[in-house]
Amino acid sequence: MVRVVRDKCCYCGGCVGLCPVDAITLYETHLEIGAACINCGICVKFCPVGALEGDHEG
Amino acid sequence: MKVDCLIVGAGPAGSLMAREMARQGHEVLVVEKKQEIGPPKRCAEGVTKHWLDDFGITPHPQCIGGRIEGAALYAPSGKKVMMEGPQMEGYVLERKVFEKWLASEAIKEGARYMVKTQALGMERSGDIWHVHIRTIEGEDVVDTPLVIGADGVESKVGRWAGLATVNKITDYHSGIQFEMAGVNADARYIHLFFGREVAPLGYAWIFPKAFSANVGLGILEKGAKMRAYDYLIKFIKDNPEMFARAQPIEINAGGVPVAHFTEMVAEGVMLIGDAAQLVNPIHGGGITRAMHSSLMAAEVAGEALKKGDVSKDMLAGYEKMWADEYGERTRKLMKLRYFLEKLEDKDFELFADILQGEDIYALTQSKIGFLVKKVVTKPALLGLAKKYLLD
Ligand SMILES: Cc1cc2nc3c(=O)[nH]c(=O)nc-3n(C[C@H](O)[C@H](O)[C@H](O)COP(=O)(O)OP(=O)(O)OC[C@H]3O[C@@H](n4cnc5c(N)ncnc54)[C@H](O)[C@@H]3O)c2cc1C
Repeated sequence: MVRVVRDKCCYCGGCVGLCPVDAITLYETHLEIGAACINCGICVKFCPVGALEGDHEG
Repeated sequence: MKVDCLIVGAGPAGSLMAREMARQGHEVLVVEKKQEIGPPKRCAEGVTKHWLDDFGITPHPQCIGGRIEGAALYAPSGKKVMMEGPQMEGYVLERKVFEKWLASEAIKEGARYMVKTQALGMERSGDIWHVHIRTIEGEDVVDTPLVIGADGVESKVGRWAGLATVNKITDYHSGIQFEMAGVNADARYIHLFFGREVAPLGYAWIFPKAFSANVGLGILEKGAKMRAYDYLIKFIKDNPEMFARAQPIEINAGGVPVAHFTEMVAEGVMLIGDAAQLVNPIHGGGITRAMHSSLMAAEVAGEALKKGDVSKDMLAGYEKMWADEYGERTRKLMKLRYFLEKLEDKDFELFADILQGEDIYALTQSKIGFLVKKVVTKPALLGLAKKYLLD
């Protein structure tokens, strides 16, 4: 599952609109990745600041 | 709680829609999940004045962060093309204030607002949507025949209604910005910088305000070697003449849907603004298109509520209105964008040679036929133009 690096996340919500399985929700300043995450990595590629980390990333 | 119309999101799209619906006498509730309407902004705040004029919108003076006479475009070598003239005049807004002002205009007409209130999901029984919300006082349900998704790029309203609103990463800019003080750039213009090494498949910008400037860029991941943030740091480092004394006073990020794929209506549901992917595919400006979609949606929604018919067929009038005005234009602009994506830095230099400011304005307005004639003098560009711009 994708992880949020809290120190980096600017809570812009840009990743939310890309998630193919609707696993991401932004609650005000708190970005949450839900159990539905399939680890496709699209949000990880998008994140302007590198605040999302996927499982298979080194 | 029961209302005629529930609007999810109090951005420019949601609040203008709320004003229009309230003005027509409908009971409107706007829910905004943030505790403060406005910040953090996901925007460079640039708008052209003539657009707002066309919609009869005169922003309160406090909403205006800077006044702009035109744009300066820079090829990778630094070669500059100027765009000026009345159609280029614009504002760099103070969006935190602008969005609150728009909300106040809606409230003046009788709209109700709840902030720190998030829509969590919705289901339908009969002709009514039951929308679950979480407020500072706890959870609640709003029953309404009509839900407006004005919830921006994060839009869930469309998904809840079964519409395919998911953006594609190939057509969605990764945006990053510092608002900076101490930037040395002519404050009469917005400044746009092109180049594969500057902002791949996008551009970098400086949008000046009274005592600061929005300095940012948008890129497409498929052309990028590093993150948007890293490109911005590089841009600032590579241009000491502008940024030697500049310091950030704010950091912003965001996604920009630079293509339109989604449907805009479902049974008892309409999507407006970024939720419906209504951004100019060339420059990524979405404020005025968002507001135009509100005006169109409100016209159709008002009629639908009056008739007691908010079926998808009825609401489709809005989608048709949008398509009539923007459909062809958007299609052409997307085509132009795919063409621009193929350009190398040397091609940008050639363009800077042959295009005048007014040519570039025409391009952003989707007049692209003439471009093929112009590039006849530059064989390197002609092949690409023929392939991507001619039907
Ligand atoms: C970096 C960047 C620079 C940009 N620069 C420009 C520019 O210079 N000029 C321009 O015209 N456009 C620009 N844009 C695009 C512009 O910001 C958007 O097109 C515009 O904000 C769209 O308005 P909107 O009302 O549709 O959505 P938004 O302004 O995004 O508003 C959506 C609102 O809905 C709320 N919301 C979302 N989900 C829920 C929920 N479940 N419950 C309650 N509330 C919810 C959000 O909190 C938000 O307030 C830029 C975008 C980015 C990312």
